[in-house]
Amino acid sequence: MAKSAEQEHPTKAFGWAATDTSGVLSPFKFSRRETGEKDVRFKVLYCGICHSDLHMAKNDWGTSTYPIVPGHEIVGIVTEVGSKVGKFKVGDRVGVGCMVGACHSCDSCDNDLENYCPKMVFTYSAPYHDGTTTYGGYSDVMVAEERYVVRIPDNLPLDAGAPLLCAGITVYSPLQHFGLTKPGMHIGVVGLGGLGHVAVKFAKGFGVKVTVISTSPSKKKEAIEHLGADYFLVSREPDQMQAAMGTMDGIIDTVSAVHPLLPLIGLLKSQGKLVMVGAPNRPLELPVFPLIMGRKVVAGSCIGGMKETQEMIDFAGKHNITADVEVIPMDYVNTAMERLEKADVRYRFVIDIGNTLKSA
Amino acid sequence: MVKSPEEEHPQKAFGWAARDPSGTLSPFHFSRRENGDEDVTVKILYCGVCHSDLHSVKNEWGITRYPIVPGHEIVGIVIQLGNNVKKFKMGDRVGVGVLVGSCKTCETCQQDLENYCPSMIFTYNSTSQDGTRTYGGYSDIVVVDQRYVLRIPDNMPLDAGAPLLCAGITVYSPMKYYGMTEPGKHLGVAGLGGLGHVAVKLGKAFGLKVTVISTSPNKEDEAINKLGADCFLVSTNPEKVQAALGTMDYIIDTVSAIHSLGPLLAMLKLNGKLITVGLPDKPLELPIFPLVMGRKLIGGSDIGGIKETQEMLDFCAKHNITADIELIQMDYINTAMKRLSKSDVKYRFVIDVANSLSQ
Repeated sequence: MAKSAEQEHPTKAFGWAATDTSGVLSPFKFSRRETGEKDVRFKVLYCGICHSDLHMAKNDWGTSTYPIVPGHEIVGIVTEVGSKVGKFKVGDRVGVGCMVGACHSCDSCDNDLENYCPKMVFTYSAPYHDGTTTYGGYSDVMVAEERYVVRIPDNLPLDAGAPLLCAGITVYSPLQHFGLTKPGMHIGVVGLGGLGHVAVKFAKGFGVKVTVISTSPSKKKEAIEHLGADYFLVSREPDQMQAAMGTMDGIIDTVSAVHPLLPLIGLLKSQGKLVMVGAPNRPLELPVFPLIMGRKVVAGSCIGGMKETQEMIDFAGKHNITADVEVIPMDYVNTAMERLEKADVRYRFVIDIGNTLKSA
Repeated sequence: MVKSPEEEHPQKAFGWAARDPSGTLSPFHFSRRENGDEDVTVKILYCGVCHSDLHSVKNEWGITRYPIVPGHEIVGIVIQLGNNVKKFKMGDRVGVGVLVGSCKTCETCQQDLENYCPSMIFTYNSTSQDGTRTYGGYSDIVVVDQRYVLRIPDNMPLDAGAPLLCAGITVYSPMKYYGMTEPGKHLGVAGLGGLGHVAVKLGKAFGLKVTVISTSPNKEDEAINKLGADCFLVSTNPEKVQAALGTMDYIIDTVSAIHSLGPLLAMLKLNGKLITVGLPDKPLELPIFPLVMGRKLIGGSDIGGIKETQEMLDFCAKHNITADIELIQMDYINTAMKRLSKSDVKYRFVIDVANSLSQ
């Protein structure tokens, strides 16, 4: 008989899980493996709420295995390390993002791109090497292999740093990979949510000019005055879009709703790059003429490798970049999910696990 | 009163033009400008029939102004030189491709990328700097600024070399720009027509493994045995497509019909590049998940700059690459266009202008 979630591993764990496609979360007892020789165990203090958590809780992508404990922007303090762990010690401030495993022998893994490994294991709702299913950070304790743990710089607050583990790397990686970090470049950021607002901060950290492209005029003031964007375009205003045509070296598109690509391609300079990091669940229309006439590119990117994730966090530490967060107690999570669905958050909810996750 | 095409310039010219969206071509008297200081006058010997010519005569892109004399794969002999022309001499074998003008001062022109100049002037169906319309190579002569004239290498036959001026550069340019030239890598060529067959030849010259992706099973034998492709897969065969998933470093998509990008993206390896050079008249469906999950990209490319076009011609001459052509008489052109619309040509029609264009 298959073991229950509480029994499959030796140490008790407690968190909140969704048990069906309603996506409603509730207290859930389960267990974590013993700290293996390469493992790092940490007490979870905070966990960011990524929009993916909402998609997965409701099985929007058809890949969820219930019960599902979401959360892949997890930070906390190390309580135990395995005998072969060299990088971390008890008391260190650490984090775990979207991945907890990969094959470690393919080309991608050899190139520090575990995120593209065909056998990459997601932090939650994925089959792990030992046959069990992974559970994420809406929980009191995490155990992960050292390779998948990053150090949080001392000067970064843990709560506001947590979202960098997914939102941060998701925008940092393509900015670097597609060469959109040269001072003087002009980068567009589409969508001003969890990903978008961090993209603005990183891009400014690189010294590029940033234009936010959004459907919500109400976000303009904050985009310019608080986040540091240079310009703000309302994508539904044809005059504004027209005036910005052919001005951008690159655009990071964080929008996961279905939306038109034609106006965005028009904003690019010749040879410009539109990088998709939001993944709409239906195909988009690609107008080929403008791509051809301007030798432009539409590309995709998915989180980042572990080496790159540490580099991103260190860059954030150096430039004092954190997410703008609304810290919430654990039992607010279902309300938070409802608000997230309406994009009613500036700009990431972070669950105060350490202080509010109480086992029954 | 607006001058007629025959009267607007001092030199008489004769060609074939389409006058309405039926696309039917017929004899047409017009005129060419006087040969200026920077100009070269070319007596046209051959002109390739590009699929763009067909799209244009039928106004499929909605930008045609009639009457239209198509033709942008033009080869011939120099018969007049402007005072400032030093690069060419009388009798030189030359070619004119898709462009006959640009602003010459913008960033892209300065980088020898006249093809991306916002003020680029096409060989036909464009407006010249003097306000008159440009007419293409289905005609007896053309007058072109020396900057946009190419030299045809001595060992390259003019008729089979003509299509390189559009088809050739259209695939050569992105292959270089997107780095699709690393020996041993795997290139997919989608569509085996005018562009596709040249892409196969170039791919082999770059030392790549080449797989042709086509909807026509009857093209397989020639693709492998004549053009030198390594593999051939029929894209409507699910098993063949399945076996090819994640195997290609790059794909050059030459197909201008509406088609699905999903299967092509799936055939790419991680970080793979799908480069599109065909011009469908409607947007294509682009699934985003495969782009994101595989850090793949889809890029466009449009012909090439003049310097690059010359480089391409020289490369082709060195590797004995020309197009596979069917030489036709001028008065066969309407039949050729019909056959072209059904992809019934291996792989480019070329009009024997000098021998068959008669008034």
